[in-house]
Amino acid sequence: MRLELEKRAEHSTAMALLSPVIALALTLVSGAILFAALGENPAEALYVFFIEPLTASWSLQELVVKATPLILIGVGLAVCYLSNTWNIGGEGQFTAGALAGSVLPILFPDFQTPFTLPLMLLMGIAGGMAWAAIPAFLKVRFGTNEILTSLMLVYIALLLLDWLVRGPWRDPDGYNFPESRIFSDAASLPALADGRMHVGAIFALIAVAALAVVLMKSLKGFEIRVLGQAPRAGRFAGFSQNKMVWFAFLLSGGLAGLAGISEVSGSINQLTPVISPGYGFTAIIVAFLGRLNPIGILFSGLLLALSYLGGEAAQVALGISDKTTRVFQGMLLFYVLACDTLILYRIRLGGPAATGKGA
Amino acid sequence: MKKIMGLAAAALLGFGVIGAEAADKLKVGFIYVGPIGDHGWSYQHNQGRLAIEKEFGDKVETVYIENVSEGPDAERAIERLARDGAGLIFTTSFGFMNPTLKVAQKFPDVKFEHATGYKRSENLSTYSARFYEGRYVIGQMAAKMSKTGTAGYVASVPIPEVVRGINSFMLGAQSVNPDFKVKVVWVNSWYDPGKEADAAKALLDQGADVISQHTDSPAPLQVAEERGAVGFGQASDMIAFAPKAQLTAIVDDWSAYYIRRVQAVLDGTWKSEDVWGGFDKDMVVMAPYTNVPEDVAKEAAAMAEKIRSGEFHPFTGPIFKQDGSEAVGEGIIIDDGTLLGMNWYVKGIDDKLPN
Amino acid sequence: MGAFEAILLTVITAATPLLLAAIGELVVERSGVLNLGVEGMMILGAVMGFAAAQATGSPYVGVLCAMLAGMVLALLFGFLTIHLVANQVATGLALTLLGLGLAGMIGEAFVGRPGVKLQAIEIPVLSDLPVVGRALFGQDLVVYVSLALVAAVSYVLFRTRAGLIIRAVGDNHGSAHALGVSVRKVRYLAVLFGGACAGLAGGYLSLAYTPQWVEGMTAGRGWIALALVVFATWRPLRVLAGAYLFGAVGILQFHAQAHGVGVPSQLLAALPYAATIAVLVIISRNRILTRINTPACLGKPFVPDR
Repeated sequence: MRLELEKRAEHSTAMALLSPVIALALTLVSGAILFAALGENPAEALYVFFIEPLTASWSLQELVVKATPLILIGVGLAVCYLSNTWNIGGEGQFTAGALAGSVLPILFPDFQTPFTLPLMLLMGIAGGMAWAAIPAFLKVRFGTNEILTSLMLVYIALLLLDWLVRGPWRDPDGYNFPESRIFSDAASLPALADGRMHVGAIFALIAVAALAVVLMKSLKGFEIRVLGQAPRAGRFAGFSQNKMVWFAFLLSGGLAGLAGISEVSGSINQLTPVISPGYGFTAIIVAFLGRLNPIGILFSGLLLALSYLGGEAAQVALGISDKTTRVFQGMLLFYVLACDTLILYRIRLGGPAATGKGA
Repeated sequence: MKKIMGLAAAALLGFGVIGAEAADKLKVGFIYVGPIGDHGWSYQHNQGRLAIEKEFGDKVETVYIENVSEGPDAERAIERLARDGAGLIFTTSFGFMNPTLKVAQKFPDVKFEHATGYKRSENLSTYSARFYEGRYVIGQMAAKMSKTGTAGYVASVPIPEVVRGINSFMLGAQSVNPDFKVKVVWVNSWYDPGKEADAAKALLDQGADVISQHTDSPAPLQVAEERGAVGFGQASDMIAFAPKAQLTAIVDDWSAYYIRRVQAVLDGTWKSEDVWGGFDKDMVVMAPYTNVPEDVAKEAAAMAEKIRSGEFHPFTGPIFKQDGSEAVGEGIIIDDGTLLGMNWYVKGIDDKLPN
Repeated sequence: MGAFEAILLTVITAATPLLLAAIGELVVERSGVLNLGVEGMMILGAVMGFAAAQATGSPYVGVLCAMLAGMVLALLFGFLTIHLVANQVATGLALTLLGLGLAGMIGEAFVGRPGVKLQAIEIPVLSDLPVVGRALFGQDLVVYVSLALVAAVSYVLFRTRAGLIIRAVGDNHGSAHALGVSVRKVRYLAVLFGGACAGLAGGYLSLAYTPQWVEGMTAGRGWIALALVVFATWRPLRVLAGAYLFGAVGILQFHAQAHGVGVPSQLLAALPYAATIAVLVIISRNRILTRINTPACLGKPFVPDR
């Protein structure tokens, strides 16, 4: 069977809204088959996966907690990718931000004032920016490929964290176990409700709104797109590619750093050898799944967070292993990505060969 | 402020949780840090869970969440089990300590057990195993079997648990050969077969002919087998991976402990305590002694028995630190608090600890 | 066996999976496709290779199945990104999730079972050479294959018409299409080749490096392989050098530790990554060289117009 794509004259708005629905339908059908094959009741499994986490206040809050860093990092990365800057080191910038912000509560635990938290947040942002400045500098100064440098810096940041919490930043009263002291209340982001949802969620919303405006309405947004899609045209328009590299890296690094310190201060309340279950990498998926659009990223971050929560619910309620969850997540992502094709293209089955030479 | 919120949440919850579990079947929950397919730490805890199911049959139901990252996800996963009606929850890695404590405060009616930590409360117990007892025994065996007088030690991450094991191994070895050498390589991971194998190779290349490991995969043993050296299994009996090289293995056996604690909940006698058991509580078990002369096997078994009965403690003085200063004097046993937070090497170890 | 020889032997084992996965990805990227799913294809290869070797008793059947497993995932990736022009970065990451999940599901039955080891094939006479003999000529089949692949890829890419077509597709798919080249067919073949290589790299882990199956045993090697391709500025011989350099730094830090140097192990573990950045900065100072080698259409979707 031949499958051909035909470019639509213009971006289909109907499909932009419809494609996630089609993807979801396909996922539900495939999921039902998968779960039935594993001997589960498909309806029950899908309910546990997608609906149950949305039925209780605590899990809704947990959903927000899980989605917050994904969205914060994701919107920053979107600016990078739109401007054709390949920052894949969000995880490292997240970690660097968490480390920089934690300097106050760990080294100066008695510094408990109303300024403590704002200072920590600023230091977190600065830490993430500083870590992102390294690949930006190397790219601008030496033309070094940023994919590689930003990725390598992830490993280095993780090892730095590991060294700090096992060595100098170890809790002095903690029997030499690898974790920092617990942050004081003055250094912990306040909760927003009765659960674990904290102020970080508001930062994420602000970031989404601000970047949505910048990207859609401002000259900067135009500059980002032009330099991303047609660098030469951008240069003629007087935009500087080097400045854009700096801008994209510092912005995304700062947001990832903010996510890092928010997570540490709002959710874990201390530094431990592991502070992220791979947020910086998952955020790359979130960014693309949200079509590099801040509003889209808001939804894709929540969707991905839901799939993690649903996976845990399924493990507990039905004994479905986390391996199955990952397969299911992979499937879901594939469908969403494939269906997005419909926005720009019409699919024709059995169309004639394009140029006479096999397709 | 957070605490108040937490209490409010707990009050709100009161009904839901207890109401949901109408049957008097006890639900036992487990949180694993790794996949149950790691054939190491999490695998052994899961064996313990299976032992509960076997022992109690219809009286209990077990649930677990595996691969739970020790960071921000932990609290959610633990809370999920508590809300799902689990009456007893085991969180099986050190990194779950504070999350477990937080959830335990929110759910005063649920009983929690945290492995290898030190924070307890009314409804939160801690438990751990004295693996160092086994390491003293294998240290002695290593010194007896080694021709080069040097053992290689594949270590995971520098925490007291691992440092204590290295020291105990060394003390055992020195009791046989005072000039024995231990070379240590840290792989910075509990679980990366490739790196573990590389570390073992480096150690063998530098003159070690016995490999001991405190990482989870059988890779170092496989390397020993291939190179004609010998070694010791970790966490489980790994004889299938190294039939000619494994001398014995220090097996983590949680079954007996888990069964006891479930029984206690069923009997209504469960209370918060701190259990640090070794040979005496069957939490540490030696695999059969293989590939060693009969007298070595006999002496090893005898030493294990002496430790089990309390006749001998591996950390009995005089013990000297690496810098030559005396840690404890003749006949004195290092107390559990010092052992728990041990962050110094005994004299003779060819490595430096990050400080 | 001398110290140098011993280290060389270990380095080759450590570098081979990186080399295999990277050389495959290099061809993929040269054709203009960025497949970030290497880790996923690798781990599926590891478990399928292990399973097939267990079932048949033959590690060679295992090696073949490992390659097939990688190709199956690659085909899925190809369908999404080449046919449906889905975003390559996101699809590759999703492929990793899928591969890790599938491998875990399949592998559950194989945990705790010793594997069938791929035996070394000693080449007579040559393997008796001093110092390098055993390291270079006393290895298993996959090591020889990995070296042969580097030579073959290097030759094909730069000395044959097929290579010219692959590079043309990667550099300017529009022109290649106009010249009558089937861009999609070339890319499918490249992606499948990459899948086979990644699968083989995984199989090497579970059949030769450490003959066992444990979940997550690739431990991030797929990502390192991806980094190596960029590091090598898309040149096969530099991939070889990069893989061996990376392997060597890792092994040497273990040797330094065994010698008892008083440096935190985290610092030593960070060395390969820091070294990679340093070398890359030095290489990239020659900007023209880098620009020439970077496939201009990397990651850009192609739809044949009519």
